[in-house]
Amino acid sequence: MYQYDDYDRALVRERVAQFRDQVQRRLADELSEEEFLPLRLQNGLYLQKHAYMLRVAIPYGTLSAKQMRALAHIAREYDRGYGHFTTRQNIQFNWVELERVPDILDWLAEHDMHAIQTSGNCVRNITTEAFAGVAADEYLDPRPLAEILRQWSTVNPEFLFLPRKFKIALCAAEQDRAAIQVHDIGLQLYRDEAGELRLRVLVGGGLGRTPIIAQTLREGLHWQDCLSYVEAILRVYNRHGRRDNKYKARIKILVKALGIEAFAREVEAEWQHIKDGPAELTDAEYQRVAAAFAPPPYAALADTDLDFGTALAGDAAFARWVSRNVQPHKVPGYASVVLSTKPGASLPPGDVTSAQMDAVAGLAERYGFGEIRVAHEQNLVLPDVRKADLHALWQQAVSVGLGSANIGLLTDVIACPGGDYCALANAKSIPIAQAIQQRFDDLDYLHDLGELSLNISGCMNACGHHHIGNIGILGVDKNGSEWYQLTLGGSQGQQAALGKVIGPSFAAEQVPEVIESIVHTYVDHREEGEGFLDTFQRIGLEPFKARVYSREEVA
Amino acid sequence: MNNLIRLIEGQARIVSDDPWQLHAADQGERLILPLAAWRERQPGEVLEGRAVSADGLLLQVDDEPEALQPFLSSLPLIAIDFPSFRDGRGYSQAYLLRTRLGWRGELRAVGDVLRDQLAHMRQCGFDAFAVRADKSVEDAIKGLEGLSVLYGRSVIEPRPLFRRGRHKEESRS
Repeated sequence: MYQYDDYDRALVRERVAQFRDQVQRRLADELSEEEFLPLRLQNGLYLQKHAYMLRVAIPYGTLSAKQMRALAHIAREYDRGYGHFTTRQNIQFNWVELERVPDILDWLAEHDMHAIQTSGNCVRNITTEAFAGVAADEYLDPRPLAEILRQWSTVNPEFLFLPRKFKIALCAAEQDRAAIQVHDIGLQLYRDEAGELRLRVLVGGGLGRTPIIAQTLREGLHWQDCLSYVEAILRVYNRHGRRDNKYKARIKILVKALGIEAFAREVEAEWQHIKDGPAELTDAEYQRVAAAFAPPPYAALADTDLDFGTALAGDAAFARWVSRNVQPHKVPGYASVVLSTKPGASLPPGDVTSAQMDAVAGLAERYGFGEIRVAHEQNLVLPDVRKADLHALWQQAVSVGLGSANIGLLTDVIACPGGDYCALANAKSIPIAQAIQQRFDDLDYLHDLGELSLNISGCMNACGHHHIGNIGILGVDKNGSEWYQLTLGGSQGQQAALGKVIGPSFAAEQVPEVIESIVHTYVDHREEGEGFLDTFQRIGLEPFKARVYSREEVA
Repeated sequence: MNNLIRLIEGQARIVSDDPWQLHAADQGERLILPLAAWRERQPGEVLEGRAVSADGLLLQVDDEPEALQPFLSSLPLIAIDFPSFRDGRGYSQAYLLRTRLGWRGELRAVGDVLRDQLAHMRQCGFDAFAVRADKSVEDAIKGLEGLSVLYGRSVIEPRPLFRRGRHKEESRS
């Protein structure tokens, strides 16, 4: 893991002192709320329906066991005993008090963490996939470049008041598990024939009110040019992005208005001025950062483990968990484990209690190298577990409520906090997630259905990424009451696609039944071994639509 | 009084005798004017670059800094307008004027200029700050210092931190 040096430490400490002063000035009314707003947002602090919410950055979803315990402490001391992991690999605390936020930030700084730029119209947390550095299909480790971009974008004075928020994601594997096609900038890392690190730069993706899949801006960018090229994109965007309408202000609207060719010409012209200048990344810097991500001291193990094999054969529940929650590792004898934060109706998706956070920290130390990842599906990942330890780990995960065998299944619901917390929401998300989880509580049935992603957003800002769920649910407001619009066929990854609206929206109490109709339609039409998405792509929207709306009339 | 802070040899000073007037009207002297109005008032020798103008130029958010290129040698001062402190175009305009167009004269931030953005403005090359009229300039001047660490680069420090010897020493003491 990346370790802070004195520069990193000085920056986060000075930033806390600065914000403490700003909070004091706000409380003394020397700063108006309007003036304070962007300052608090750029320190991760939102004002929600009932209280302030603090969003803490977890850069590219990586944290240590010690840092997880520090988060547990915040949940216990400053919140109501839990935190919410988000689709951008951050954690949110929903019940903090403004007066105490500087103390929370101090505590974070002590643990080499911060909440800088987790909100506001600036470059947000840099994200990548949860299996970075360990995935079997990885071309190279994306974390060094992610950390370099994190530093470069932190308090970069020219780009703190962009037209709108700006999200950058990296992917360096065959499978895109970082949703780079729905980010403002998506960076696909790969090695060319000579083994040199190159980047494919995607731009203008995003969800929200106008969902758009990103387009390719440039192929074959040399890694040394990463910072200067991103700088060129940001400068073009900062100068020319729309500021008259916040719903038209994301870079995707600019790219769409200009067309990708004209936009690329603008970026190229800007880049010509700065490439080969001081912004060019040096080998020394890349190596300095990359050294922090050197592989941990793995043991030389056989790829198969006898005890693991025995447990698999003898314990069906364990085998089922392994089939969903364990991912292949690049090192023989090891695996990556996904701890599901979606136990069903008992806890909202992504919510983890302080006791669970402490437990996860303990598991990471006992069965790994003390490292934890946050997946953008809101689950937690232990990246380096010996296969021989999987059975013991599973039992302990189950005992703390993090052992649900449902990764990638219908009940692995991705949901924003929704109307229960968020001031922007049109409708609640959590009760919908819980009602669906309750309806589909038969694990055998869920496993039979196979991969089926379900995403819920409480409004069109799309924090629950509903457009890229196989089933997407969007909360909408109809004359002051909460309704839900469904989309089908969305997907993430290399074949990212936006879901299609099935038809008129539904009342909250109808949603579980509608989901059931959709699932039945799939089951009736699927061919041997065919997943939901494939069936949908083969038969289209109509059969689903016909069944869902005919049921409704009957009901 | 213009509520003005100016950097003089790197030191921030409150200026109480600033003569410039930020005006929409074209009356009086030492006016800071938008490009069209500025051009209208200039004699031929200024427009041809043979004399320095008596008026400063106000760059507005929709203006392209490149449009000032022909007149740079004739300008006594350029002001960049921040219609709202949340509108960050002025930072990129300042970068372009300083780094690409080579403007060395006074670069003044005007408009919604507030304490908590002054450090960013300074890093982007502003050397004068006309703080919003209802704010205390003595208070605002505290905002100029900002943070001691800049990871990336800026107008006043074009080298990112990694080119300032970071990898050579593990820590700075």
